[in-house]
Amino acid sequence: MFSLLINGKKQTVKVSPDTPLLWVIRDHVGLTGTKFGCGKGLCGACTVLIDGKAERSCQIQVKDAAGKKITTIEGVPESSPVKKAWIEEDVPQCGYCQPGQIMQAVSLLKEKPRPTDADIDAEMSGNICRCGTYPRIRSAIHLAAGKPAKGGRK
Amino acid sequence: MSRIVKISRRDFLKTGALVGGGLILGFSLPVTEAAAKGKAVASFLQNAFIRIGTDDTVTIIVNKSEMGQGVYTALPMLIAEELECDWSKIRIESAPVGPEYNHTEWGPLQGTGGSSSVRSTWNQFRKAGAAARTMLMQAAAETWKVPQDTCRAEKGFVINGKSKKRLSYGALAERASKLEPPKEVVLKSPDKFKVIGRPTKRLDTPGKVSGKALFGIDAGVKGMLIAVVERPPVFGGKVGSFDAGKAKKVAGVVDVLQVPSGVAVVASDFASAEKGREALEIKWDEGENAGLSTAKMRNHYAELSKTPGTVAKKEGDAVQKLAGAAKTLSAEFEVPYLAHATMEPLNCLVDLREDSCEIWTGTQFQTVDRNTAAAIAGLKNEQVKIHTMLLGGGFGRRANPRSDFVSEAVHIAKGVKRPVKVIWTREDDMKGGFYRPMWYDRISAGLDEKGTPVAWRHTIVGQSIVKGTFFEKSFVKNGIDGTSVEGAADIPYDIPNIFVDLHTTDISVPVLWWRSVGHSHTAFVVESFIDELAHVSGKDPFEFRMGLLGKNKRHKAVLELAAKKAEWGNPLPEGRGRGIAVHSSFGSYVAEVAEVSVDRKGEVTVHKVTCVIDCGRTVNPSTVEAQMESAIAFGLSATLFGEITFKDGRIEQSNFNDYPVLRMREMPKVDVSIISSTESPQGVGEPGVPPVAPAVCNAIFSLTGKRIRSLPIKPEELKA
Repeated sequence: MFSLLINGKKQTVKVSPDTPLLWVIRDHVGLTGTKFGCGKGLCGACTVLIDGKAERSCQIQVKDAAGKKITTIEGVPESSPVKKAWIEEDVPQCGYCQPGQIMQAVSLLKEKPRPTDADIDAEMSGNICRCGTYPRIRSAIHLAAGKPAKGGRK
Repeated sequence: MSRIVKISRRDFLKTGALVGGGLILGFSLPVTEAAAKGKAVASFLQNAFIRIGTDDTVTIIVNKSEMGQGVYTALPMLIAEELECDWSKIRIESAPVGPEYNHTEWGPLQGTGGSSSVRSTWNQFRKAGAAARTMLMQAAAETWKVPQDTCRAEKGFVINGKSKKRLSYGALAERASKLEPPKEVVLKSPDKFKVIGRPTKRLDTPGKVSGKALFGIDAGVKGMLIAVVERPPVFGGKVGSFDAGKAKKVAGVVDVLQVPSGVAVVASDFASAEKGREALEIKWDEGENAGLSTAKMRNHYAELSKTPGTVAKKEGDAVQKLAGAAKTLSAEFEVPYLAHATMEPLNCLVDLREDSCEIWTGTQFQTVDRNTAAAIAGLKNEQVKIHTMLLGGGFGRRANPRSDFVSEAVHIAKGVKRPVKVIWTREDDMKGGFYRPMWYDRISAGLDEKGTPVAWRHTIVGQSIVKGTFFEKSFVKNGIDGTSVEGAADIPYDIPNIFVDLHTTDISVPVLWWRSVGHSHTAFVVESFIDELAHVSGKDPFEFRMGLLGKNKRHKAVLELAAKKAEWGNPLPEGRGRGIAVHSSFGSYVAEVAEVSVDRKGEVTVHKVTCVIDCGRTVNPSTVEAQMESAIAFGLSATLFGEITFKDGRIEQSNFNDYPVLRMREMPKVDVSIISSTESPQGVGEPGVPPVAPAVCNAIFSLTGKRIRSLPIKPEELKA
């Protein structure tokens, strides 16, 4: 039995201690916004915040997440600057990687409220988008940081 | 000019049917959980594509799969243009399988692909919108007892010009649905378009940002189990024997069963299923492909390319003219197998009952999947229901005439007799086959004294993607699979003697369409080789192409604008090079100019790609721009990294560590221009891909003098 704090809500799950947090969130808690992409921490689709920092939930065992503050895409308010910027820039195409991209961007902006293009390259390159929405992700991050979006494209 | 078009009965479902109760609101696709939350609102079907709720919602039933290309916005735009509805009231639902939802160009088949969605629904969807509007107007006129021509439709209301009375579409829906659909409708003249051609925000964005959008992998039903499948390590291999003892002891594992594709481990959840699979002990009968290797295949292809193949194109006498040319040039090109590597790994949920089968998956081929499922389940086609979920990328992988991921899931459901969702891991997906074929090309050209090409000979070697499928009959003509030679047998350049032949190889690696299909390799060969010819003739690659494009005005227009936008001819900073390419595919024309640098280690950086597309009339310019960015990222992944190789019958790649794809730091600046056109709308999803590789490789040549003839680019060949 593990007690998890997900999006401010206490969740108790009965799973093996080595179960990846990703699958606890998806299969046991029933939040499907966090995506499975590679299972090896290579693509970032499963990114969640743990105590405010972006982590790959496919690489974290549930026993190590117990007691920590976990935020998934569903826990980011729709009014948050990042989500609003994502809508404003109409970022998603297939959309599958976007929850992970958004969580990574939230983490980036928390650390660097005014990121440069180089900061974005460094922080966001672990998150793959097969549709190539990278230019719009870049614009959206700049927009969320308060810069005019279009001018922010590399 | 307005057009009067006839409406066929087939365009309509029986009208007047009340579809009330449980209408799904919001962008949720039909899975049980979401449906349960939907507010019950009476709604009325105006035709197969439009349902209007008494709450004024307009539900558009889209028969194309949304995989990122924007059909859930572009196709509603076509309807909205004629329906005169309030855009904010539009909701999207994925169409069930039915004859009224068949592709208008593909025969009795519902599906999405070939960059054909807008083109093939351009009239159909506008007609559906116009017909529904006409019925709503008639309903209003009858309510008010006024002539219909005194009424007009505007933003979801019918308004009477004289009395100024107004009734919303929701208020008129029930009455309208009882009317006979009009036999013909007048379509708006394009100069009156208010929706088509305007940059429009995607309707699926909010759900994809909130995390609530539901992909196939997110589908769930009560009592559902999760399955993973251990498939043979070699294509064509079979299970020799297996011991499920240890696997069955893993907590959560419910069943282990053999299916035609391998051994399935069924569990209460994914993590348990994976653990169970690790505990499986299987002895494989590897079969005849156990010795398959890329190196051997390559040698075989190279030898074949020296022998005559089946003629795909013959104009003049290229062989003779080559022999007599003032100068000749020959080269070999090769490209590898490529995985689609969609972000969402394959998956499929099946709920099989005695007399019904429900399937939730992201598919591009509904009819094929349904009929295949029915045959396996022993049901009638009509007893199988497909819920098309959002696709976390398609790129052709989810349009499989063999229905691999659906048929496997039905087999498992049949065995476990409970609803089951099969999830492929990234490794399963990457090793699962249905790749873009490996190709080997031998090409030569003869030039006259002035450096003008007089002869062109191109031999193509590779597998046919339709061989052995029901597409073979329609795609293969005179021994030539059209998709093997597209972009090569129809080069746009004025060369009087052309000879193109094809060797279709007999290799049993499963192959399939991959974003831009044959063009993904032919454009690389043709546009690289044309560039070589330009250099040999001492001409500017842009000018050289323009000089050979003759009457191909649309090629010339995109090429010219791309050159202008990229400041072709203006000096670049030290260490930068430019390359250009133009290619037509799926009815559209795209030119791209790449700006690159190469470091001492031979690593290529693509700094900028200037892209110009002529896709005829544009429906959503914002999507066209996004699709060009997308195509460039996709093309760059293949140019710089993508390669599936075989050794001892096994695939050497497994995940994004050894099959890298483009990342944020590698994404160039992209500058897209769209040619304003009144020609009929054409493809957008794929045409941006083909010019990428040649533009980049031509840029590398202009910078380093080294010609890339094999993809992906190998930095060791470019080292200083």
